[in-house]
Amino acid sequence: MNNQRSQAEIVRQSLKSRYRKERRFRAYGVLAIAIALGALLTLFTDIIGKGYTGFLKTTITMEVQLDGEMMYLDDPTDERQIKMADFVEPLVQALIKEIPGATEDDRDQVRGLINPYASVTLRDALTANPDWLGTSRTMTFLSHTNVDVYVKHAGDDAYSIKLNDQQKAWVDELQERGVIETSFNDVFFSGGDSRDPSRAGILGAIVGSLLTMFVTLILSFPIGVAAAIYLEEFAPQNKFTDFIEVNINNLAAVPSIIFGLLGLAVFINLFGMPRSVPVVGGLVLTLMTLPTIIISSRAAIKSVPPSIREAAEGIGASKMQVVLHHVLPLAMPGMLTGSIIGMAQALGETAPLLLIGMVAFIVDVPDGFLDSATVLPVQVFLWAGSPELAFIERASAAIMVLLTFLISMNALAIWMRKRLERRW
Amino acid sequence: MNTVNATIASEVSQPDEVAVPVQESKPAETIIEEGKTVGKPFSDDPKFKLRDVEVFYGDAPAIKKISLDIGRNEVIAFIGPSGCGKSTFLRCLNRMNDSIDICRVRGSLKLDDHDIYDPKRDVVELRARVGMVFQKPNPFPKSIYDNVAYGPRIHGLANRKSDLDEIVENSLRKAGLWDEVKDRLDANATGMSGGQQQRLCIARAIAVSPEVVLMDEPCSALDPIATAKVEELIAELSESYTIVIVTHSMQQAARVSHRTAYFHLGHLVEVNETNKVFTSPEHELTESYITGRFG
Repeated sequence: MNNQRSQAEIVRQSLKSRYRKERRFRAYGVLAIAIALGALLTLFTDIIGKGYTGFLKTTITMEVQLDGEMMYLDDPTDERQIKMADFVEPLVQALIKEIPGATEDDRDQVRGLINPYASVTLRDALTANPDWLGTSRTMTFLSHTNVDVYVKHAGDDAYSIKLNDQQKAWVDELQERGVIETSFNDVFFSGGDSRDPSRAGILGAIVGSLLTMFVTLILSFPIGVAAAIYLEEFAPQNKFTDFIEVNINNLAAVPSIIFGLLGLAVFINLFGMPRSVPVVGGLVLTLMTLPTIIISSRAAIKSVPPSIREAAEGIGASKMQVVLHHVLPLAMPGMLTGSIIGMAQALGETAPLLLIGMVAFIVDVPDGFLDSATVLPVQVFLWAGSPELAFIERASAAIMVLLTFLISMNALAIWMRKRLERRW
Repeated sequence: MNTVNATIASEVSQPDEVAVPVQESKPAETIIEEGKTVGKPFSDDPKFKLRDVEVFYGDAPAIKKISLDIGRNEVIAFIGPSGCGKSTFLRCLNRMNDSIDICRVRGSLKLDDHDIYDPKRDVVELRARVGMVFQKPNPFPKSIYDNVAYGPRIHGLANRKSDLDEIVENSLRKAGLWDEVKDRLDANATGMSGGQQQRLCIARAIAVSPEVVLMDEPCSALDPIATAKVEELIAELSESYTIVIVTHSMQQAARVSHRTAYFHLGHLVEVNETNKVFTSPEHELTESYITGRFG
């Protein structure tokens, strides 16, 4: 009896220390997750806090007199005349009219508020509508980047405001009267890169990324899945297959910049493919993504229960039929998930693309696989390295766009896995 | 070791058993003669003719020189302690061991006088003739209909939808499953109960009209009621098929089989009519096993 009680006592005491250990272990886990979440939160608040202004543009709305005499233009359909005509003067005159107290002598300062490309906008509008000549129109133009920075970051010491006091006073007043406004930055989503931050957009980079990803997907998915099926189902178990397996795992660990060098040496120098084009970018990213896809596809194939294989073989299905009818459908969700994660990795990849020239300054939105292009992360890299802070906020905005793509791809992967998963 | 075990076992069971003398058991290896089987291993009308069959996993022998005939439309049960090679031997009969790289089979195995292991022989055709039902019910994660229709489809046994429907219905009827599932043929097979799944697997196996059905412990994952249904089914199927069944349950062997083969450490020790094996076994190892001294 005595003996028994002491044994219960011992158990109780050991229980206490066991519970303590459990609690401690839980605490470590909670701490780890808290740190991870904290880091994520900091990242997002920083990027969103700095970058949301990148989604805003500053515009000037005013009534422009399209006076033929002032512009040295009497036939807007004549290309030569259009080339020679002065489209800046009507803008300056219109803005002087909007600012009380501004005179002809202030024209240079007034001009400094209007975006240098506004005259191009006016020219295009007039070429499209020749009958506007001689009338007066209310039109909206981008403001000068200096105005944009002043309007968004007036109190922020980090930004240097390049307007003089006179201009600042004007901008304040125009803003009050609603002539200068900020609105959603559609220019950011409809154009390519530009030297002028106000006009810089990411459409070019998005299209470049999509083209590159398309090449990567159509090459790496079939090749990766085929390799995985061969290695898992058909390859004989010998030294050679072991060697291949080890090397595929090694490739997954090779730094991505090495793949860039390989692409430069092989695709561009040896095969003579053009620089900075989505095809080469896609090929390089294919090399980089393949190991990930092969490894995850093999894992997916391995996880198909052997009983299903046996069942099909027992009925007399051939190897090919077993793979096509049973193994592949069951492994597909895992393969797709792995591929999407590999693609997301490739989408965020910068280093290898720098080496094959996709880091060039490209203004036009690419319209083909062999057209010079850049991609989202490289665009972020380019803007983030710019000394102009107006570009930095656009870099943050571009990061948000990139993260949106990545998060939606990962969400798609999870959704597909849930959707296609089958129980057995 | 063996001696001690046997002594203890006999002491414990002595009150119930009347006439089991405490034998001086020798180690099993010494009382088995390689390649020698007591009883009636041969048949007048053999479906399978198996001579000097040896199976190796790498260098380790799993089956040692077994010779056996399996008769036409016979139900033969393989019994024996775990690891005795009965499942390995069964899987040789439709070459399911092919997928195991290190497994090698030697000897002569003939189905209707044709060599099973002939390198020129198409294993697909063999498996269409020798179907298999596994230990764990393993329906495909597809509809009930597709499970049964899969075999006929890949072998091209039905050209028209109506033919296929007929094969599916007949197979499910033979498996005693038709009335339970006829209203939900499109339902996923993984949603059925374990017993139904196993009968579905049997229906799937007989849908390609095999001549032989191999069953590897078909009832070990089933409850007694489902087991009874499967056993009933085996009795019905024995009219038109040759059935080889591996089982751990001696009662099951006694209930369903015509002949019983006792395996021990890769040897085929004894083969005889089932009632003879269970009432008056000829070999002392068989006797020890069926009286529960080991296994």
